[in-house]
Amino acid sequence: MTDMVYGSVPVRDGDPILPRWWRTVDKWTISCVLVLFGIGLLLGFAASPPLAERNGFGHFHYVERQAAFGAMALVAMLVVSMMSPHLVRRFAVLGFLGAFLAMALLPVFGTDFGKGAVRWYSLGFASLQPSEFLKPAFVVVTAWLIAASQEISGPPGKLWSFALMVSIVLMLALQPDFGQAALVLFGWGVIYFVAGAPLAILFAIAGAVVIAGSVAYSSSEHFARRIDGFLSPEVDPTTQLGYATNAIREGGFFGVGVGEGQVKWWLPDAHTDFIIAVAAEEYGLVLVLVLIALYAGIVVRSLLRLTRERDPFIRLAGAGLAAMFGVQAMINMGVAVRLLPAKGMTLPFVSYGGSSLIAMGIAMGMLLAFTRTRPQGEIGEILRGRRL
Amino acid sequence: MIRRPLRPLARILEARAKGESPDAIERENIRLRHEQMRDKLRQRAEIRLMVLGFGFICAFAVVGARMADLAASDPEEPRVRASGASILAQRADIVDRHGRVLATNMETHSLYAHPQDMIDPARAARELARIFPDLEEAELLEDFTGARKFLWIKRQLSPEQKQAVHDIGEPGLLFGPREMRLYPNGAIAAHVLGGAGFGREGVHAAEVVGRAGVEKTFDERLRDPARGGEPLALSLDLTVQAAAERVLEGAMRIFNAKGAAAVLMDVHTGEIVSLVSLPDFDPNSRPAPPTEGEPGDSPLFNRAVQGVYELGSTFKIFTAAQALELGVANEETVIDTSGPMRIGGFAIREFRGKNYGEQTVEGIVVHSSNRGTARLALEIGAENQRAFLERLGLTEPVPLEMPEAKGGRPLLPERWGDVATVTVSYGHGISVTPLHLAAAYATIANGGRKVVPTLLRQRAPQPEAQAMSPEVAAQALGMLRRVVTEGTASMAEVRGYKVAGKTGTADKPRRTGGYYEDKVIATFASVFPADDPAYALVVALDEPVETSGDEPRRSAGWTAVPVAAELIRRAAPLLGLRPEIEPAPLEGVTLTAN
Repeated sequence: MTDMVYGSVPVRDGDPILPRWWRTVDKWTISCVLVLFGIGLLLGFAASPPLAERNGFGHFHYVERQAAFGAMALVAMLVVSMMSPHLVRRFAVLGFLGAFLAMALLPVFGTDFGKGAVRWYSLGFASLQPSEFLKPAFVVVTAWLIAASQEISGPPGKLWSFALMVSIVLMLALQPDFGQAALVLFGWGVIYFVAGAPLAILFAIAGAVVIAGSVAYSSSEHFARRIDGFLSPEVDPTTQLGYATNAIREGGFFGVGVGEGQVKWWLPDAHTDFIIAVAAEEYGLVLVLVLIALYAGIVVRSLLRLTRERDPFIRLAGAGLAAMFGVQAMINMGVAVRLLPAKGMTLPFVSYGGSSLIAMGIAMGMLLAFTRTRPQGEIGEILRGRRL
Repeated sequence: MIRRPLRPLARILEARAKGESPDAIERENIRLRHEQMRDKLRQRAEIRLMVLGFGFICAFAVVGARMADLAASDPEEPRVRASGASILAQRADIVDRHGRVLATNMETHSLYAHPQDMIDPARAARELARIFPDLEEAELLEDFTGARKFLWIKRQLSPEQKQAVHDIGEPGLLFGPREMRLYPNGAIAAHVLGGAGFGREGVHAAEVVGRAGVEKTFDERLRDPARGGEPLALSLDLTVQAAAERVLEGAMRIFNAKGAAAVLMDVHTGEIVSLVSLPDFDPNSRPAPPTEGEPGDSPLFNRAVQGVYELGSTFKIFTAAQALELGVANEETVIDTSGPMRIGGFAIREFRGKNYGEQTVEGIVVHSSNRGTARLALEIGAENQRAFLERLGLTEPVPLEMPEAKGGRPLLPERWGDVATVTVSYGHGISVTPLHLAAAYATIANGGRKVVPTLLRQRAPQPEAQAMSPEVAAQALGMLRRVVTEGTASMAEVRGYKVAGKTGTADKPRRTGGYYEDKVIATFASVFPADDPAYALVVALDEPVETSGDEPRRSAGWTAVPVAAELIRRAAPLLGLRPEIEPAPLEGVTLTAN
């Protein structure tokens, strides 16, 4: 019956999976992700040789690893994007349970790799950061709970998801990983916002975030140091931020040239958190604007596609995933240009990082699965002319 | 389409009345309500998603704009920072009278650590301990893994050390620029220059402040940014200074002396051309002041400027000159120097109990007769003697441009009675520095004008008051010349330079009172060339012994005089003095007259 609705892509029962997937998936977003990943590899060629040299590997050791993980991430993305929303939800809930457990056990089995925060499991060949996987799964679970709560006589999903969010944020803050905590908080806020939260509550939450931030500032040295570094008017050029800012300035509009950049030799995190500085120094503002356009394109396109979505769960989950993706990219770039205080957050698909890349692939696959063109709505709404 | 009643309950009641089951209607009602609710939520969500998308576009635009703003601005050098730049590290060079560098600056680096930025503290500690053997690996590791966020590791690094530390590749090890004071000539002129150290210290700069010598006196001038690093020109001559130090070093070895000092000054301008005090030190690593022992024996002690000694017979020329000046004697006056002579219960004896009989004033000076000068002094009187010494600047510290000069305050007799007058007349009971003596001899040499010694390059003679008449000064000069040609300082004869001077051998006072029998300060105060004096030179040796003869000889004629002669022999050509060599006798040629 729904197959004949106006505006939907013709899908016949028994259609092979791949052609149907190809017709319904958001091909622009997939292209953007592929371009992002390509740029990431390109920057990896520039940014990772100093680290490889320091650690005694071949020059392009990290690029090779990035390519391998990237291929895995892309496969994961495509596979997940072929699933139906219900299947995605099922896997996400299972994944959420696993990741939640893994994160709870971090203080026992985790390692800090000498960076002052226990966030990782060391698997020998790679490190695993459970919070990376927890984020998308949490978004899906939250969307499910809140969507369920909107049913008549549904469960109190808002309260449950709020409790989940608080416990995850607390765990992340204890690691300490305030960046991820903020991201989880933000993802939950977006879902709640799209689900129709009263504005008064939204303002109250914003106030609570400010208070929590000031408490964290006064009690956590790790946190306070970064905020102080951000607030000081003069950036010390010998800090990571100073080098990053300087690299962007050096690069100017068209960059200093491929391989000519210097910042990668000074920044320990040039290949991860500050890869945008490498990009800006070697390729200039041009590449940075391209990157921004790609991220903005993915996020805005996904959000607009979701405005047509009738299923509240899909709408909420998609909005949460898209927003989280966009905010992560924005925070990373905002730190490099000193719009935001420093936190360790990777640039999705561009930064080096095994587990984060795969997690990001899975999350993007979920988003693609949610934004696939589906038969929507009734004729009246369609006639009101809302379409993309 | 069947018109639906407005109130759903009405339909149920109607259905009940007809005997139908109301459940289907109930379900339908719920479905419709749910549909309505979802539609409402969906419309709201649509708007909110649009708002969200718009917010993201704005936020990305802000990031992009900020990026463009940064990209358009100029990069700054990574070493400038507001808080550290307030320390001015520039310090002007110090040069000698010919512009040769005595003190300059070198760019070095300090090493500090930010342990929280370290990737591998254990490796950093191990490598640092390897590069700097004086650092303990265990201590470093403790520091690096402790709670400290900042610690100094080394204040100064050599370029090689810096490269080695750099090669560790540890981001938590950082370098700060440092200007280091460098004395390229090592120990030469160490006492004059003094030394410098770090004052206020920041990560990005450190203040270099003078610790002693001219570095301390002219500290503000050297650091004055308004001067733009204009070098400070001293009156010293680096070559002469080096020659003088070598000669005195040799003298100390030959005569087994404890110390030596020399002052060479221009008699007209008061410029100190060379100022030596041995033993000395390297101002590049100025030693800490001694905490025990005699401060006067420390290498830091400047014997020429700080050390006050009884300089003995060198004072006799002042007595003679004053006697001529006051008219108590003239060139022809004959004075009986034979003994015995007792003043206030003290017997006045000649050196080795000699007796010179009747002598003119010149003879008294040439033979260095104690009794002769004593008789002249008694004629002069205590008041006059004191006033004359004051005119020569022998009663106050020399206002030389060194903080140490204030320490060279002359020791004067407490009661300046007859006994004091007599002892002072031959240089006992009064202690002055070699610098005082050089200034006083310069007065005799330049025609009687007082001279204030200075370490700064001068352009013209000093306009100072006359301390004695030019005639008396000329007569005194003649007497000094005779001391060399026929008196106690015969070894000072340097061919072509006509040295004039007076020896002084004073027994060293015991700290417990009285004098040592076998410890002397041997001094030779001289001017040269005698017919047109240009320079005054004072050489003083502390406890010299000359052992080439049958018995040890300590008198200045055997010790200080040959040293001074050697110094003049080397320094005079360097100073641009032309030797006056008399034409060789015309052997084998008979001059015939018409």
